[in-house]
Amino acid sequence: MDAKLEKLYRKLEDDGLSAEQEEKILSELRAAGGHGVAGDKCAPEPSGQRAATAPASIYDYHDLTVLQGIAALESTYTARIRSIDELLERDRQREKDGFPRKIRVGKLIKPGRGGRDKVVVVPTTVEEKFIHDNTFRESSGEGQAGGSGQGEEGEVIGEQPVREAEGTGAGGPGQGEDGQHELESNAYDLGKILTEKFELPNLQDKGKKRSLTHYTYDLTDRNRGFGQFLDKKATLRQIVETNITLGNLPDPSNIDPSKFLIAPSDRIYRILSRERDYESQALVFFLRDYSGSMAGRATELVVSQHVLIYSWLLYQYDKQVETRFILHDTDAKEVVDFYTYYNSRVAGGTQVFSAYRLVNEIVEKESLAQDYNIYVFHGTDGDDWDTRGDKALPELEKMLTFSNRVGITIASAGGKQSEVEKYIKKSGWIDEKPDLLRMDVIEQDADESRLIQGIKHLISEKVEA
Amino acid sequence: MELIDQHTKRIMQGCKRRARDAGLRFEDETLEYIVSNRDLLELSPKVMIPTLYDYWVHDVEVLKGKGKYELYPGNPFETVINTRPAVSFYNDNNPDWLNVMIFYHVLGHIDFFQNNLFFRHTWDYDFNGQALADKRLIAALRSEKGRWVDYIIEFARGIDNLVGFHHELYRLDRTPLADFSSRVNYYFDVFLQQEKKVSTTRYVQEIKRYNDCLQQFGDQGEQTFFADIIRDYPEFDALYRRNRETRHVHMPDLMQYLLEHSEMLNREENKWMQTVLQVVRNTSLFFQPQIRTKIMNEGWASYWHETLFLQDNRINGHEVDFARVNASVTAMPRVGLNPYALGMRLFYAIEQMADQGRLSIEFQRILDADQRRRFDRATGRGRSYIFSIRENFCDFLFIKNFVDQDFVTANNLFVAGRRLNRDRMVWEFYVKSRKADDYRQMVLDSLYHPPVIEVDEEQGQDGELYLVHRFEEKPLVQEFIANTMLGIEFLWGAPVHLETSEVVSIGAPEGKDLPAGTAATDAQENVGSVTWQRVRYTMRDRKLSKKTL
Repeated sequence: MDAKLEKLYRKLEDDGLSAEQEEKILSELRAAGGHGVAGDKCAPEPSGQRAATAPASIYDYHDLTVLQGIAALESTYTARIRSIDELLERDRQREKDGFPRKIRVGKLIKPGRGGRDKVVVVPTTVEEKFIHDNTFRESSGEGQAGGSGQGEEGEVIGEQPVREAEGTGAGGPGQGEDGQHELESNAYDLGKILTEKFELPNLQDKGKKRSLTHYTYDLTDRNRGFGQFLDKKATLRQIVETNITLGNLPDPSNIDPSKFLIAPSDRIYRILSRERDYESQALVFFLRDYSGSMAGRATELVVSQHVLIYSWLLYQYDKQVETRFILHDTDAKEVVDFYTYYNSRVAGGTQVFSAYRLVNEIVEKESLAQDYNIYVFHGTDGDDWDTRGDKALPELEKMLTFSNRVGITIASAGGKQSEVEKYIKKSGWIDEKPDLLRMDVIEQDADESRLIQGIKHLISEKVEA
Repeated sequence: MELIDQHTKRIMQGCKRRARDAGLRFEDETLEYIVSNRDLLELSPKVMIPTLYDYWVHDVEVLKGKGKYELYPGNPFETVINTRPAVSFYNDNNPDWLNVMIFYHVLGHIDFFQNNLFFRHTWDYDFNGQALADKRLIAALRSEKGRWVDYIIEFARGIDNLVGFHHELYRLDRTPLADFSSRVNYYFDVFLQQEKKVSTTRYVQEIKRYNDCLQQFGDQGEQTFFADIIRDYPEFDALYRRNRETRHVHMPDLMQYLLEHSEMLNREENKWMQTVLQVVRNTSLFFQPQIRTKIMNEGWASYWHETLFLQDNRINGHEVDFARVNASVTAMPRVGLNPYALGMRLFYAIEQMADQGRLSIEFQRILDADQRRRFDRATGRGRSYIFSIRENFCDFLFIKNFVDQDFVTANNLFVAGRRLNRDRMVWEFYVKSRKADDYRQMVLDSLYHPPVIEVDEEQGQDGELYLVHRFEEKPLVQEFIANTMLGIEFLWGAPVHLETSEVVSIGAPEGKDLPAGTAATDAQENVGSVTWQRVRYTMRDRKLSKKTL
């Protein structure tokens, strides 16, 4: 046990802990391992007592694969006929025709080092039919398959972890670089899809910076004689002016337009002009709890949600949004890129306030609050050694003074309110400042659509009923 | 896609000659293509039929997690397709000896396609050509009706697993009834069994009496026979006539029913939808036998590639290479079911049993283990017996009839159970049972089996459609019900009801509340008992509602 953590634990113990809290803390303390970053390549699965991932059924065998070793590869949708735009367009049309939407956006990012993040977009769909649900008994944990070989009845012949093990080299949620079924694209596409769904809330004009990359094109400039679009009103005015000057308009009360003299230069046109655009700047902090208790599904959820937010920001606000990444267990640290943020393994204890304090420090030190719209997204499973939020709440309060929105995602371990959830609710800020603080509690079995719904809640302008 | 070169084709022709000599029967013409990865990307969503109609879902990754085989009976990575001529696909860099093995395997499949009676309805036309015509038809419709064609395809595909495959077979290949009058048939099949519910002894007595009458009175036999009956049962003739009038007319499957009775589809401006439905229905029918014969088909092909390869003199020197590939294809997995391995072993076992004359009452009656072991009548009829199996059986019959304790024991098979060890948070796989009955049931349970959903005309009133799902101790996948019914409502043009059964509760299986590990051994005895309830879903104006019956 880490001496420092040990000390912290003793102190907490002195302050008084319920048995349950103590157990949680101890389990995190005892868990071995540090926060490595998973390698680029997926390490081979640890051999030994391990059964196949899922017992193959008779319909899992195909001649091409079995006999000729032709892999069941999947193409990118771009290699197929349709683009994502067409699919989405089709989906919108479905809605207009009164049928439910069918396209879902699946599976996500493959961060690469040095900002070369790849997002894996899989448009998926389901063809519904009346079919038997053969798995309805399996929720109780039972299942069966064929087998062959030695072994007495009742003998255990192999086992398989319920959730894929973390820290075994398989890396964080990304599971390394394999995955022949994934379709690769870039962050752009995913962002584009998501953009349909969200927009940053409360964006304010802060420290407007003239954009170097964004231009708008508009028919704003006027030009005499030639151009793209005849401005009829301006032209007429010019003609009248010219004719007054020429004395060709003797009686203002009785104008005969057919007598007008028109010079070519009287024609006023609008022409296309390039305007530099001004944009508000935003800074987004991603905070992730990577303590031991986050193992498995909780991390997966938090990270996938942050991936979604990150991809969307990349697309929607391109260079205008800066992102910072902070990981915390009992201490917080800033990491350089999304890759590290994404792939760091879980271990250690939990103190939420450490992350909040780091954000506050960074903002203060770099005086970011003046120039940037600041957004903070924090993902955790809700465990906190600081059970009453004595330290976290003051830091959070401070954070709310400069943030445009703080979004906290809690991957709940089922049923019970977690500590973070409790103390934040108790603070009452969610109701007092719904503009600034949002919290989203997701169950561990949430799927992607639930995550997207969660993001909507975190960033929407108005609290949905 | 390009054809294989002349050299390889010559190898194929050599394989064909040898396969024929061994007794396989197939049409002479075949086409072999080299496929690249790119080709495969286009082929596999179209279940390897190059000319299948276009449909946008083919371009999207389809989520298949739940019940994928039930949703997609076609095989996306099949080497050979059941067309005329049969088309097969190859890697471009297979060595010759490997091609020899694959060719035999492919010929095994072609032989199966062209002789197994479950494929009867695919024998009279080339599906590739048919599919091409359909594809053009759909393309033409699409240029006219736009996206509505895709909606119709979608809704039709939503019910394409409910096609009456067996009725189609029955229509094409009915066994000629023995030459009895319908009156005799009625008397023995319906009257005695259903009306009078007589005992078996009585039934056999009646048969004997019938035979006696025929013998005694010749042509007048039947009359004499019935004279007695009418004396005993004066009501017989009336019942017989009523039965003739209301004889059970076979109910068409849901798609046929919609085609015939849907007011919406029969409107002049909607006639084109019927064509789309027909296309989808025919396509579905085409793929039905394939998934119902997976174990047999693969087993048969593996049996032959093994047998013929080892006899082939052209591949001397590659026995070890072959052994490696063959072992990976036909090895029994520790956990899981391999159709190649299971089917092939069954064919070998059946051949041996038939050779030794064990598929006989004489053998069945022997209880002495030692005598059973030594039993051998050397009939030499093994080969011909498996040929008849390949002609007349499907997976269900194959497994049901031939997986016995001898087979399970000889191959060291068992049912592998999976349970959760909460202590260590792992799934444990364990040997659950080595009984043949359990093994057989486990395989049967994993076979493709779409639900039986029929139209109930009596309950469907006011132009509404009433569907009844026959209860088979399995619920329908709930999240699919809404969209499927939405489609049916659209095709029917009026509200649709579906009566089905749902799980109310599952009795807690043993061990759920006990500490992990303790309940392990007797878990299998206590699979939770399930409480069912009958419910009715109604889709009205695209809104789904549910009512407990």
